[in-house]
Amino acid sequence: MGLLSDPSRREVLTRLITRMNTPLCVVCYVAGILWFVGLAFEPLILRMYISENAMGSTMVHENFVYGERALSYAREFSGHRKKMGGMPVDWMLKTLHGLGLEAHSQTFSRTLPFPDELRERYMVKGTNVFGILRAPRAASTESIVLSTSHRNTQATGLLLTLASYFRGHIHWAKDIIFLFNEHDMLGMEAWLEAYHDVNLTGMASSVLQGRAGSIQAAVVLELNSDVITSFDVAVEGLNGQLPNLDLVNLFISFCHKNAVLCTIQGKLPRSDGETLPGYVHALQTMLLMVLKQGSGKASGEHGLFLRYHVEAITIRGINSFRQYKYDMVTVGKVFEGIVRKLNNLLERLHQSYFFYLLPSLSRFVSIGYYMPAFVLLISIPILKALDLWIKLSKPEGNQQTTHTERDVSLLTILTPVMICHATGLALYFLPVFGRKDAAEHFPVSETEAVVLSSIAIYVAGLALPHNTHRVLLSEVTERGWMTLKLITLLYLALLLGCIALINFSLGFILAVTLTPAAAVAQPGHLKTFRALLLLLVSPATVLLMCLYLYHELSEVPLTVLECWQLFLQAIAEAILDHHLYGCIVYPFLILFIYPCWLLLWNVVFWM
Amino acid sequence: MGPGCLLLAAAACLLTAPVPVGAQELARCGQRDRFEEELVLKPLSTGDVAADFQFRTRWDVDLEQREAQALKVSHYRLFPKSLGQVISKYSVRELHLSFTQGFWRRRGWGQPFQQAPPGAELWVWFQKSVSNIDTTWKELTNVLSGLFCASLNFIDSTNTVTPTASFKPLGIINATDHKYLRYSILPREVVCTENLTPWKKLLPCGSKAGLAVLLKAERLFHTSYHSQAVHVRPVCRDDLCSSTSLELTQSLSVVFDLYASGFAKKEWSLFKMFSRTLTEVCPLASQSTIYVDLTDADKENEMYELTPTPLSQIRTTLHGQWRSYAVYDLLNPQLYSTPSQSLNIALKGKPAKQYREPVVPALHAERYVSGYGLEKGRVNTLIYNNHPYRGFPILLMETVPWYLRLYIHTLSITTRGKENKPSFIHYQPAKDRERSHLLEMLIQLPANSVTKISIEFERALLKWTEYPPDANHGFYVGSSVLSALVPSSVTMQANGTKSRPNFTKLFPSSDSSSYFVRIYTEALLVNLPTPDFSMPYNVICLTCTVVAVGYGSLYNLLTRTFQIAEPSDGLAKKIANVIRRMRGVPVL
Repeated sequence: MGLLSDPSRREVLTRLITRMNTPLCVVCYVAGILWFVGLAFEPLILRMYISENAMGSTMVHENFVYGERALSYAREFSGHRKKMGGMPVDWMLKTLHGLGLEAHSQTFSRTLPFPDELRERYMVKGTNVFGILRAPRAASTESIVLSTSHRNTQATGLLLTLASYFRGHIHWAKDIIFLFNEHDMLGMEAWLEAYHDVNLTGMASSVLQGRAGSIQAAVVLELNSDVITSFDVAVEGLNGQLPNLDLVNLFISFCHKNAVLCTIQGKLPRSDGETLPGYVHALQTMLLMVLKQGSGKASGEHGLFLRYHVEAITIRGINSFRQYKYDMVTVGKVFEGIVRKLNNLLERLHQSYFFYLLPSLSRFVSIGYYMPAFVLLISIPILKALDLWIKLSKPEGNQQTTHTERDVSLLTILTPVMICHATGLALYFLPVFGRKDAAEHFPVSETEAVVLSSIAIYVAGLALPHNTHRVLLSEVTERGWMTLKLITLLYLALLLGCIALINFSLGFILAVTLTPAAAVAQPGHLKTFRALLLLLVSPATVLLMCLYLYHELSEVPLTVLECWQLFLQAIAEAILDHHLYGCIVYPFLILFIYPCWLLLWNVVFWM
Repeated sequence: MGPGCLLLAAAACLLTAPVPVGAQELARCGQRDRFEEELVLKPLSTGDVAADFQFRTRWDVDLEQREAQALKVSHYRLFPKSLGQVISKYSVRELHLSFTQGFWRRRGWGQPFQQAPPGAELWVWFQKSVSNIDTTWKELTNVLSGLFCASLNFIDSTNTVTPTASFKPLGIINATDHKYLRYSILPREVVCTENLTPWKKLLPCGSKAGLAVLLKAERLFHTSYHSQAVHVRPVCRDDLCSSTSLELTQSLSVVFDLYASGFAKKEWSLFKMFSRTLTEVCPLASQSTIYVDLTDADKENEMYELTPTPLSQIRTTLHGQWRSYAVYDLLNPQLYSTPSQSLNIALKGKPAKQYREPVVPALHAERYVSGYGLEKGRVNTLIYNNHPYRGFPILLMETVPWYLRLYIHTLSITTRGKENKPSFIHYQPAKDRERSHLLEMLIQLPANSVTKISIEFERALLKWTEYPPDANHGFYVGSSVLSALVPSSVTMQANGTKSRPNFTKLFPSSDSSSYFVRIYTEALLVNLPTPDFSMPYNVICLTCTVVAVGYGSLYNLLTRTFQIAEPSDGLAKKIANVIRRMRGVPVL
């Protein structure tokens, strides 16, 4: 630390930071992007491997042969479902009892904050049915959950068959819960909240009877066809949480064992990772994962388990136009294998990674590999802030003004900070509270009212606050905006640093877009350019771009109008996700990132 | 007791006593040590079959008196010497030990004769002569650990409690000062053959004759539930109760999962369940009986066929219900007069046409942990009183290990949405690494209600050496114990009026309107914040770096005072000046 305590060497350091600031920032940005893009190059990253000993070495023989029975259960179930127009509760309970399981049901109801137009629901009432296969000679301290939504006919049939097949075995060490939920995510949330006896989202549900200790792992099955061509695995959970990589590995290993094709993000595996097309393919897959994770939405019902420290994945059976198809026997075998191995677990899944990105199913990028990219990006606002700090701490030519300025600076800085955050709060509360009035006065539905008023407040925020200091201060000086920018940059770095620890993808997307704009934001010449750049990276625009990029990458290109509609839908979904499942991305953007961005906007229009 | 029995008992005395005894001796011998065995088979409403064995050995010796007279006990007949020595050495008044694998599903299986918590449970009443109870307890657990091949040596002060109200002596009561009581539960204990073998060795006939022939490990551990117990208690020697005897009750309950074994029909036999049949009675037994519970079958007028046809049937009250049993007295040689010279009780019945909801027991409880995250949580106990019109009080005992720090102020007891104030509460807070929490409460349960008891806890961060090898498995919290006098829906018969399964004798009903029930809730598995043990080296390196570079330099910068240093004269200059002075030239 002689470097900092020695005044002359400190001088050298400060000179380096101030003189070389812009080149340093550019280098950091470019290096950060390159590092990230390089992560998808297969020779650079690690191959997948199972870390958990209890799952790795033990052999399991799958003997499941009851594919036909699964299909007949599925047909019977779909008949009863049609008759009931929903979950056939009585039939399910009877069937589960008949299979020798302990069967229970749980009713729940939830009124959404505003109607969900995509899924056409507002006041939701439903019933979850679940059967518990009690493991012999185990004290119900641990369990595994196998779940499906009642929409998945074949999956329900398969789970019922697996239940009857598993019932005849004595090697279970953990109870197995077969859960059939209604209204997919909502039902799952209701069941999980009731199982853990918490109320996080205002769900009204009946008291849950029949528990089986702490849930060790969960597998959600989505299957809607009699045969499949491949499995797609979804890992991204709520708020960008991911299940332990060993669970994904387990699934892959059983796909390989049964020679079933498995995909991630709907992208087929390729073996040419070293070539350019192979690399591009891997990069696309990884970007898709980053976008999905960054959205904070659960990509399947499994995403809700992760909050409760239950490792879970969703497995989707895909039936495409490929030639080679797999029947229910193979699907059942894969599941039997997975459950048998999970049953062998002695501890919770903890050996493998919890933070990773998947460019393919054979390779993964661990947190140690991707974090440097983010660190490089986040060093830009820190470097800029240092630069400003050094400049501010140096006495300027006229000593008197500095003195007077320091006295008023607190007020000058605090006012825009307060106003920006107040705008964020307004944006958070007003649309949902005022939706009824808006729907009365304008010819729009409640959902549209929420979305459009959000956009209106968002845009109004741009025009709102940036003249306060001119009123408060007699003269406008350089130091005012520099102090404000210094604070904003530090605030931004803090926000991004925090969110990247929770949800790397969200942090990275925001860092890629916000940091360059934050670095160049300042009043003076090129003001229009700076303002435009800032507009281009505003959270809403970033959302729009991400939507576009996502559909480009998943090979369903959008027109501009479609993109706009999806944008409106995405806003409504984000608000609903926040209220229904406790997703933090929407409030984080609205209450923190948006005010921070407004502060930058303030800086640009300081003079 | 018939004359045959007497003869048998006498023969047994002759067999075991090496010296010839006179006629008077023989008569006294008949009065002394006694061995009884019985098996109750009960088809459960889920289609499973529960088999409850009970072996009772009475030892006519008054340990307390002998001890007072400083006499050593050296003569054993039917009573196992290994256990007898332990009991006399450590001045044990009562000993109750159970090993259980699995959990008794009350909702489907109904009320058991005796429930036991998953894992191992040990509670002991010491005699008043014991001066240092904690040391004696420690020694006793170590000895029992060796005797039963179990990890009872893991019982230490952190999992031992002294309940004040929940556990009363089961034998004849002289004093109930609870300071002579120690209770401990090991929920993690796994029960297997190595625990069964020493248990079987305590039987006078071993597993060679009598009902014990059926106790084959490969079948007993192929069940849904396995619980074996040893109870030692002082009982009255005769009706006058002029002197006491020591009674050893060995019980074993198993539940056969007939579904998993591949026959879903209502059809079972001794051979199918135990892969053995009975061929001869234990010659030392003065009573050997098999009861088959036929209540449910009779109630629904189901067609069933029991072979061989029972010679007698009894009706008796048990747990507030009338129950009917088919009785096989194994001392009756008629039973073995089949061509195969063996007894294989079998039941054939038609499977029930439709699913029936099992009759839920009057008292039922359920326990679970709620909440998420690794900071806090809640332990919840739901207690169901299913009695349609009678409320009754229950005693709840919770023992929670110290690493779950209970917040006693968050204790809430609610019934039907209203607060339910306990009429008695005893709470002993935990001490870190020394003792666990003990919470005992007397709660009134209104009729037909659900009472929820919940208490918040904080998960402690252990020292890194305190984690077990499989730290991510979680930590067990033992079952809580509910004791209650449940009002009966029928008039209970007093004990001893009629022949009935001996099981009821452990918890005799004192009056005709209620019966005693002790139930155990589920054990809990709780995760504590666990460090990543796979990379301590990395963690140490990182922490040291952060401390050295980050903290060290910041501290250095913050505490150092900066002063402009006067450029001091260098050594060379000083030397040069000395030389200059010597030369008389002006200094530099």
